[in-house]
Amino acid sequence: MTTTTTAPAAPAARVAAPPRRRRHGRPEPIAYLFVVPALLVFTAFVVIPALVGIFYSFTDYVGFGDWSFLGLRNYAALLGDPGIREAYGFTLGFAVVTVVVAQVTALVLAIGLSKRIRFAAGLRAIFVIPMVVSGIVVAYVFNYLFSNTLPAFASAVGFDPLAQSILGNPDLAWLAIVVVSAWQTIPGALLVYTAGLTSIPGDLYEASSLDGAGPWRQFRSITLPLIAGFVLINTILGIKGYLGVYDVIVGLTGGGPGNATSSVAMTIFGGFTGGDYAYQMANATVFFVITVLISVLQLVVSRGRNIRL
Amino acid sequence: MTATATPVARASRAPRSSGYPPRRPDRGRRTGWPLTLALALCSLTVLAPLYVTVVMAFKTSEQSVDGNAFAFPAPFNPASFAEAWQLTRFPVSFSISVGVAVLTVALTLLLSSLASYAIVRYWSHRFFRWSFVYLLASMFLPFPVIALTEIKLTALTGLDNPLGVAILHAMFQLAFSVLLFSAYLRSIPVELEESARIDGATTWQVFWRIVLPLLGPMIATVGIFAFLASWNDFMLPSMIVSDPTLQVLPVVQNIFQSQFGTNYNVAFASYLMAMAPTIVVYLFAQRWVISGITQGAVKS
Repeated sequence: MTTTTTAPAAPAARVAAPPRRRRHGRPEPIAYLFVVPALLVFTAFVVIPALVGIFYSFTDYVGFGDWSFLGLRNYAALLGDPGIREAYGFTLGFAVVTVVVAQVTALVLAIGLSKRIRFAAGLRAIFVIPMVVSGIVVAYVFNYLFSNTLPAFASAVGFDPLAQSILGNPDLAWLAIVVVSAWQTIPGALLVYTAGLTSIPGDLYEASSLDGAGPWRQFRSITLPLIAGFVLINTILGIKGYLGVYDVIVGLTGGGPGNATSSVAMTIFGGFTGGDYAYQMANATVFFVITVLISVLQLVVSRGRNIRL
Repeated sequence: MTATATPVARASRAPRSSGYPPRRPDRGRRTGWPLTLALALCSLTVLAPLYVTVVMAFKTSEQSVDGNAFAFPAPFNPASFAEAWQLTRFPVSFSISVGVAVLTVALTLLLSSLASYAIVRYWSHRFFRWSFVYLLASMFLPFPVIALTEIKLTALTGLDNPLGVAILHAMFQLAFSVLLFSAYLRSIPVELEESARIDGATTWQVFWRIVLPLLGPMIATVGIFAFLASWNDFMLPSMIVSDPTLQVLPVVQNIFQSQFGTNYNVAFASYLMAMAPTIVVYLFAQRWVISGITQGAVKS
């Protein structure tokens, strides 16, 4: 190992330098230079803005000019704000429904693709396409389908409940957002499940079918227990992602009708134009705390497991 | 689920993983045609919106308002593309999008590969362990949380433009990328570097000539994730970029929501031009892209 020649040609003067043990020695100065740029830009562009934002959440700052401390009054006001409560209710409900829809669909598709079928590679390539297209553009396309094609089709077959655009219906508009969000996020989950399924040894299935286990029994007793970790992580990550939903809503309903589909992210962004800057920073801080809780859950669960997205 | 593999085995195995699992030997069973058919039908849910985008783009504006999205264009009208091209200033917004995405990828790769290398090699040292934890903190910070201060900060520093968008995109990729790189670096045997050092290579040379080439597969993975996140994003550029003439491709699509409300054919021509580049690249490189994404999703 000591005389391998994989090293690049080095200046003659350096060859004389005595070899040092690196693993336990003190880091060379240059090692700090490797990390410091990342730390600096990260601090400047993410950490400081976050701290400044949290600071202003305790004030009455409107985005410019003077301000004074309010203590926790912004937070108290948040609790009593029906608009905020609705946004959190909508966002959490949406996240839970979408994660169930997307994970079940992705798992079913992944199992289907792992069986002996024709065109498996081609079909998988098609299923992954939504991952490479922009969410806002997809939402615009679906917007047309929901507001023109679906009503036209529904009235042609005489199904009245859908004869009006569901995007204009406060009780149904969220369904469109679930559909498009799931459409967009199923591929990621599908690939994770595909990887999980390939890690299950094939002889388990052979042995169980010799013992007379049917497909459903095999799924419950072999597949599901062995990919449970993947399901758990996918679910947590999914919820975390869906909580920040914005692009798809902008493309479909713009938060309407009324505020029926207004997500937390949308209410926060409203602070920039609405003049309630500090108030929305308090909102953002609450949102941050919720995300931290979910992320901690994710880290606890993923410890010892091999999956992160 | 292969965490127990020895580091050497993992390093030698990683580069050849193609993303295609070895086909399970389902002996004694024939090809499942019914299942193939069922999956093909499911794939229509992906293909139908894309099909609609294509046919709508070639319709006349009279035909495009009838709501029958699936009908074939009659008469065939390619003129919408010229109009969409002008309305979205396609060459400009496309170039800005490419620039932002490329810069995001470059920044992400540079910052995260350097940092991950030092963090992994000097893990025993407190500073590097804490740097790792610190950089991972952005996993806890979705953009909406800091959006309002970010808008002020970029306006204040003159970064309320595509450059600022690229920097911020890179920042939000950092945690995930450091995570991927450091997991992969742990599997590369340190002996390779030590022998180079004995031959007199500096840390910098070791990084560029030995570590970076070994990182190849992970560079592809991190790059794909960074590119897609940046190229497809609407939220961040729509907040940060103050000059509408410098807006990225996904954001300029919103002009069709207001001014040109009923010119669906022009809108869809524009959507098609916005979607086509990544889909075409993906179709040619899909084996590679899927394998890259899978490696990122499941750190092997």
